[in-house]
Amino acid sequence: MSLEAMYQQVIMDHAREGHGRGLVDLTAAGRGESHQVNPTCGDEVTMRVGVDGDTVAAIAWEGHGCSISQASISVLSELVEGESLDTADEIYEAFRALMQSKGEHLDEEREDLLGDATAFVGVGKYPARIKCALLGWMAFRDALIQARTASSGAAVEGGEA
Amino acid sequence: MLPDLRGDFPILTRTVRNGRPLVYLDSGATAQRPLAVLEAEAAFSREHNGAVARGAHLLAEEATDAFETARASVAELIGASADEVVWTSGATAALNLVANGMLQASLGAGGAEAERFRVGPGDRIVVTELEHHANLIPWQQLAARTGAELAWIPVDDAGELILDGLSEIITEATKVVAFTHASNVTGVITDVEPIVRRAHEVGALAVLDGCQSVPHIPVDVAQLGVDLMAFSGHKMLGPTGVGALWGRKELLDALPPSVFGGGAIAIVTMETTTWLDAPTRFEPGTQPVAQAVGMGAAARYLMDLGMENVARHEARIAQILREGAAALPGVRLIGPVGDPTRFDVLGLAAVAVEGVHTHDVGQVLDDRGIAARVGHHCAQPLHRRLGLTGSTRASAHVYTTEDDAHAFVEALAGVREFFGVTV
Repeated sequence: MSLEAMYQQVIMDHAREGHGRGLVDLTAAGRGESHQVNPTCGDEVTMRVGVDGDTVAAIAWEGHGCSISQASISVLSELVEGESLDTADEIYEAFRALMQSKGEHLDEEREDLLGDATAFVGVGKYPARIKCALLGWMAFRDALIQARTASSGAAVEGGEA
Repeated sequence: MLPDLRGDFPILTRTVRNGRPLVYLDSGATAQRPLAVLEAEAAFSREHNGAVARGAHLLAEEATDAFETARASVAELIGASADEVVWTSGATAALNLVANGMLQASLGAGGAEAERFRVGPGDRIVVTELEHHANLIPWQQLAARTGAELAWIPVDDAGELILDGLSEIITEATKVVAFTHASNVTGVITDVEPIVRRAHEVGALAVLDGCQSVPHIPVDVAQLGVDLMAFSGHKMLGPTGVGALWGRKELLDALPPSVFGGGAIAIVTMETTTWLDAPTRFEPGTQPVAQAVGMGAAARYLMDLGMENVARHEARIAQILREGAAALPGVRLIGPVGDPTRFDVLGLAAVAVEGVHTHDVGQVLDDRGIAARVGHHCAQPLHRRLGLTGSTRASAHVYTTEDDAHAFVEALAGVREFFGVTV
């Protein structure tokens, strides 16, 4: 496994571009926010997730970290924004599985779901770096749960009004 | 200078990523162990293992003898006597032993002779801004629990301790000053004398974190004048899970214990307990005996080499690491630069590479077989003060070669190009 195989061009590009970066206020019906820290290096991310009905309506984040963590958050933002909640769950589970695969590719169905995120397959070979790749996904998971709860609460209130 | 010692360290012959030879530059975190240590531990386990200071059988006697001989070796390394050396699980436990002992005293334990350990509202506890978390958090928490105030000696923009305003920081209200003998990030060896002088002027205890110094430079506790000192086995070519607290005997005999159990006591009734004198009062339960024997062998190995020779060897490695790193474009050497005769440094260099995260730097090094430390090295406040979240550290020991140091500098030179950072 070469260094180039781990730092694929798509990862380097995402690390630079930082899709979704900027902690803007969200307007979705259900909103959640999560702050995650990687204690080994002090890297941090704050992520906001907005849910409208059955859809991940918006993602916004701010943070600092290594190229793996930053690229992973960028890819995540691009992948799940606009997806249904069920698909977002599947993408999340697929990425977790990719990180646990010890560098092996997943089945075609899950790799299709992951798109650019399959480029992180090499990270699974470096246990110390898996946390870097998962930092944003942990924030997403946490913020999404809050947003979902808030969204269903808003729907109930809306129904009563 | 030191002879080539690599033959003594079997792990250095293994290969790592991509079949490359290992370039081990993470000794500041954990040092490798010579055969003398590995064999001392194994021989103890094979031939002498038994309960220390309990039982009247031969193995118990041999185990006790090995345990106490190791204590004497560790004491000799730092110019102390054996009854002033307490075994702990490491430097972290040793520092906690002192801070928790002071907490116990503050709760009323220890009677009149523990008076000097008591802290409360109006009292001050002093540390420095560059401490390892192990020598910050125990004091921070002691302050929080007793209502004492935590103050610290600050560092300048280069990460060097500012010793000019000592008398304003170490005030008359100060009960303890805890500071490191050498920074695990900048590598700079602390000018101990003025801090100890001021601490003693106000009647405060001087507690030294010797984790980074004892393994690398001559350390003589009497000469340093400190009251207590903590250090670890695994950084001085010994095993993990063992370390030591040295303290002046009358202090150790007065400091209340904070971990309670068998073996540390004189008389126990259902209601009360009286303690043995130090060091036994701090060693309840079964100790890491094989590891202590290994640490004793490590002390012996270092003394045989001569700590002056070890320090000279590592100064040479430091020079290659620091001059090499500082000369690279886009690489910032952490810590004071300039006139190198102004301060002494350990054999280490921590760097920040502009535009590249420390984990990414570490990955490039690892790809070349170079083991270095990345992150904040358990010194978050120092990194924050210097405007960094982390750095990449190469640290040496007796087996480190000049080629190792050159390999680090050379690999570092290619990092920015790999990540496409050109500005």
